[in-house]
Amino acid sequence: MNDNRNSKIPPRSPLERTLDTSFYWAARIFALAIAGILIWITIQVAIQAMPAISEFGLKFLFNSSWNPVTSQYGVLPAVYGTVVSSFIALLIAVPIGLGVAIFLSEDYLNPKIQRIIVFFVELLAAVPSVVYGLWGIFVLIPFLKEITPLKGPGMLPAALILSVMILPTIAVISRDAIINVPIDLRQAAVGLGATRWEAILKIIVPAASSGIIGGIMLALGRALGETMAVTMLIGNANTINPSVFAPSNTISSLLANQFAEASGLQVAALMYAALILFAITLIVNILAQLLVTRLQKI
Amino acid sequence: MTTKIYEPEPFDPASLKRNPSSPRTLFGLVMTGIATLFTILAIIPLLIILSYLLTKGISSLSPMVFTQLPPPPLVEGGGFGNAILGTVLMVGIGAAMSVPIGIMAAIYLSEFSRGKLAEWIRFATNVLSGVPSIIIGVFAYSAIVLTTKSYSAWAGGFALAILMLPIIIRTTDEALKLVPQEVRQASVGIGANDYQTVLQVVLPAAIPAIITGITLAIARAAGETAPLLFTALFTQYWPNWNNLLVEPTASLAVLVYNFAIVPFKNQQELAWGAAFILVLLVLITSIISRIATARRTY
Repeated sequence: MNDNRNSKIPPRSPLERTLDTSFYWAARIFALAIAGILIWITIQVAIQAMPAISEFGLKFLFNSSWNPVTSQYGVLPAVYGTVVSSFIALLIAVPIGLGVAIFLSEDYLNPKIQRIIVFFVELLAAVPSVVYGLWGIFVLIPFLKEITPLKGPGMLPAALILSVMILPTIAVISRDAIINVPIDLRQAAVGLGATRWEAILKIIVPAASSGIIGGIMLALGRALGETMAVTMLIGNANTINPSVFAPSNTISSLLANQFAEASGLQVAALMYAALILFAITLIVNILAQLLVTRLQKI
Repeated sequence: MTTKIYEPEPFDPASLKRNPSSPRTLFGLVMTGIATLFTILAIIPLLIILSYLLTKGISSLSPMVFTQLPPPPLVEGGGFGNAILGTVLMVGIGAAMSVPIGIMAAIYLSEFSRGKLAEWIRFATNVLSGVPSIIIGVFAYSAIVLTTKSYSAWAGGFALAILMLPIIIRTTDEALKLVPQEVRQASVGIGANDYQTVLQVVLPAAIPAIITGITLAIARAAGETAPLLFTALFTQYWPNWNNLLVEPTASLAVLVYNFAIVPFKNQQELAWGAAFILVLLVLITSIISRIATARRTY
């Protein structure tokens, strides 16, 4: 009856089996905890924002006064600054990042030198944001004051530093996307008589476009949520001014500046602003992830 | 009746030659020039920032910097010993929380889950890594500071742990995937349980890459400023050893921020020194990780 009659291997002891299943379940629970943390963050911030949500409702988005004395809170200037600074940063970083991605995916350079340059570009993303801010205060702003009407901190230096910070995201992800385009496409294009750049611009970049757009959106998510460098360079003026030389504000710099000293309804209003920023970056990030993961399946 | 016979033009080998003045060639040349220019443009900021950090950072470093407290305005000397201690303490707390959770979650992803759930958790991990660090700070403030009623190293470490988690999960996941399937089959073949296979065979094989990932996460966390602004706050004093974890705690990153925005020369110099140390940390870990992960096979 016993199948193991002739075998020397004893059946697993109950202890071993318990250890095995508990190890499996521990791993599973910790993995699920990652999704749990995302949900926890959302709920926690939403609960704290509740007083402000019920007080101001959607008017919060369109009101541009931020006055702790009269308890009037509106986030419009910060939303304006967040969107505009990120947009300018993208305007600069997208063409440069794409140029870098193409240059580093073609055989212009010896692979060793190419790897070193990729390393440098990635390093740009690893430099702490506060260091960019420090450099911006003492080097970039004085330099810009010489050559532009800039008078001090403002939208322009903040957006410039942002573009440097998001450039590696665009360059590295676009390069991955371009390298992953099947070589047959290029061979077919060149076989039909296309030059190198005709193949790149008409065949390879369009084929890699979902990955490239994903990379750009990831960079946008970074730019929207970037805090320290922007807080140190943008001037933190809660006004809407169309000039890029004027000081401005973003949601994240509003939080960085006021949170530690806020109390009462102001904390709730800041939490509301944080919730709005969280929602925007979450949407942008989810779209970006969908585009980038689709690329990996080609 | 005459039949017109098609007469091919005599073949001219010169027509296959690259025509240096054809518009297509020129277009290619111009595009190559632009791509090269953009790549140089992308690396320039890094070189400028590194050179400023080297000159300004090193000149403000001295042995005192590691042993003394931050000086008041206009007083020469002083250092940031307490900030180094605080950074080590909070990054330590962050690592102690995120490393076990991250490794277990990655083990689940690469060893136990083959389906949709793993895809979802990988997706959630990527989304979590895109959550702005200031939002993590707001969350840690409301989850820990508001409940314990005190700014603390705990709250700071908790926020850093959430920021480190996605990095650790992703690097461990990648490292485990590189361990060949035969190793697992051999282990199971000689009668090992799942937990024995994972803990005694697969994990040790991937350890170098996992440790590299953890070091990268630590370097990133050490430079994070925004989540510490209102979780750990800052202090001018040495930590009080009796309630080390439950009082405001200094950190290098917040010191850079605080001292960059004051008008006092002596404090600004310390900010450069602290920034130099942070970037040095990032640089060293990045180079080590490059070397360690260059070996792509088991």
